[in-house]
Amino acid sequence: MSTDMSSPSSTFPMVKSLKQAGFVGMVMFGLCVPIVAFRAEQNMNNELVLQSRWWLTLVFSVLAMIGSFLLSLYTHQKSHTAHSSAPSSVTKALSALAPRLTPLGFACVIAYPMVMLAINGPGGSIKWIDNFGIQILIYVMLGWGLNIVVGLAGLLDLGYVAFYAVGAYAYALIATKVIPDTFPELGFWSFWICLPISGLLAALWGIILGFPVLRLRGDYLAIVTLAFGEIIRLVLINWVDFSNGYAGLSSIPRPSFFGIPFNASEEGFAAVFDLEFSPIYRTIFLYYVILALSLLTAFVTIRLRRLPIGRAWEALREDEIACRSLGINTTITKLTAFAIGAGFGGFAGCFFAARQGFISPESFVFLESAQILAIVVLGGMGSLFGVVVASIALVGGIEILRELDFLKQVFGEAFDPSQYRMLIFGFAMVLMMLWKPRGLIAHREPSIVYKEKKSIGSDMVQEGHG
Amino acid sequence: MAIFIQQLINGLTLGSIYGLIAIGYTMVFGIIGMVNFAHGDVFMVSAFVALLLFMIFTTLLHWALVPALLVVLVLAMAITGLWNWTIERTAYRPLRGSFRLAPLISAIGMSILLSNLIQVIQGPRNKPVPPMFTQVIPIYEENGYVAGIGYKQIVIMVVTAVLLALFWYLVQKTPLGRAQRACEQDQKMAALLGIDVDRTISLTFVMGAALAAVAGVMYIMYYGVVNFADGFVPGVKAFTAAVLGGIGSLPGAVIGGLLIGLIETMWSAYFSIDYKDVAAFSLLAITLVFLPTGLLGRPEVEKV
Repeated sequence: MSTDMSSPSSTFPMVKSLKQAGFVGMVMFGLCVPIVAFRAEQNMNNELVLQSRWWLTLVFSVLAMIGSFLLSLYTHQKSHTAHSSAPSSVTKALSALAPRLTPLGFACVIAYPMVMLAINGPGGSIKWIDNFGIQILIYVMLGWGLNIVVGLAGLLDLGYVAFYAVGAYAYALIATKVIPDTFPELGFWSFWICLPISGLLAALWGIILGFPVLRLRGDYLAIVTLAFGEIIRLVLINWVDFSNGYAGLSSIPRPSFFGIPFNASEEGFAAVFDLEFSPIYRTIFLYYVILALSLLTAFVTIRLRRLPIGRAWEALREDEIACRSLGINTTITKLTAFAIGAGFGGFAGCFFAARQGFISPESFVFLESAQILAIVVLGGMGSLFGVVVASIALVGGIEILRELDFLKQVFGEAFDPSQYRMLIFGFAMVLMMLWKPRGLIAHREPSIVYKEKKSIGSDMVQEGHG
Repeated sequence: MAIFIQQLINGLTLGSIYGLIAIGYTMVFGIIGMVNFAHGDVFMVSAFVALLLFMIFTTLLHWALVPALLVVLVLAMAITGLWNWTIERTAYRPLRGSFRLAPLISAIGMSILLSNLIQVIQGPRNKPVPPMFTQVIPIYEENGYVAGIGYKQIVIMVVTAVLLALFWYLVQKTPLGRAQRACEQDQKMAALLGIDVDRTISLTFVMGAALAAVAGVMYIMYYGVVNFADGFVPGVKAFTAAVLGGIGSLPGAVIGGLLIGLIETMWSAYFSIDYKDVAAFSLLAITLVFLPTGLLGRPEVEKV
């Protein structure tokens, strides 16, 4: 074994690495001692009984030892061979590809449902368009919305899901309670009527919640927004008359094709366009709706960055004191970022309610906020393309983990891969942060150029000082 | 009045648990300026460690209750310290000096990882232990309602007070505590004076985890049940307590914890039990808006 590892130029510190691996193994064993080595299970009398699993502890410790050894081998190899290679080749490649990929990406995204339909047929493609296409696009839109708050204005918001909830409940309540009572003839149009209302309501809530707390800085703001997110969720759970509590709201009207419903009736979409009825049309339509909404978010972001308000956001992110001394009203500037970000969250919430047809407070837990924030940070804070890459990686990754049923054949029927989904998600989040602390696309184009264009390296970007 | 006294006792018990967790937040924030989001889940892990150790000592080795609990307390503190040491070493230390959001995201990931790890290896169901110390000493009677203090409440308050005193001594009087306070004030200067900053930060995490483990043992003893998802809400409330007391201040964390515990139980008793968490979170927002540095915090100096 040792002959493979010792290269002529430098010897691999075998003894040291082995010692370290032994230490890691011991630490792992210590971590596992009660918590992996025993499992407490309830028996028939509702009493806990211990089952010992020492073999699992041993497996974990040996794995940790091997992992540690391989890691030191890898770092050794890297430090002796790859001096010349760029430290962030992936980042550079992605950044360089971004402008060229844009038209190609558009083409792919627009053609995606049709390609899936052609490959899998109307029955098999629903899963691919809905679980992957629509799901990822919702997170792209939420990521772009939160990007205005976190990436551009540098305000750390851990309660973004609250505005998503406001949008979703606004649509659900107006469409199931208000419209049938007042203008029942508008029923098929309810999604299109409620979409702007949901966005405006969410923006209004952004202003109401933002106004008292935006004087706070950095981490304090993060915690207060987290508290607001939790308060809104707890109110939705407990105020049963208003929101139906844990049970949630169901039979929310689905969106129509601009007034033509997607059903099997005479006036339905299929009948009007002389097609055979299939639920796939609605899925494809929903896909294009969320695509349009996301593109609207991106377009607004790009345009706003060129307006005085957008420049003020970025200036605020870089240096709040300098901003104030230049006469920028920081409260108004922060509030607009908060409200606009919240508004897009509201649009996404409205779409979410319309797509699911059922919402409950369970969909708006803190984990969602964390996931959206992770997408923004992993994407590189402020980079629109980065958010797309991060959404595909995180959301698409989670969805793919649902498809691991084949592992049952390897590990037996009792093995349930879906319970490892969030475990792997958390693990991936930590690993990605360790690997790329500044996100996948950590460079950005300056908004204003003096004489010549210089790109700003990641070490110069000082985002998130709130 | 009897109800009030009863709620006061319950509130102080709950507040002791929050205070113990809050110290872990406040110390870590004080020394590296980071919100250790995974701390609530470290507390949950410690409760599981305590539960399993308790089962091992009472059902497998047939120890008596009191010695078993004492050994469980010490072992749980050590094992949870090892957990937090490993977490700091693998997930936070490589990100030190990187930009500010990176450790926060890493901590959120670690929080998700810990709770799901426990769910996978211990199962998703509630884990109940047989009730212990069930006797109650009556202290006040009014119109047939007896307010009493339970043995386990006395145990919780006494153990918390003793450990806080020990901990205060550790931070104020020992070289380790001095190094820790020095790093809090100025890491570069502390390093120049020969303090191993990395080691001090690691030990801060270990101390925070050890106190969280005490809270975990008390939690198991008081509620008699634990679940893999039990880390988040106590974690956020303990953080609220740390902020309320003034983040970075150790007595502040304890006072904040006691206040949050009292407000929560009083609110449940006199207003509505459904909205007790809303009350705690609203208090956090109100404190930060009107008293941004908390009760005992130092005012933040803004430098240009």
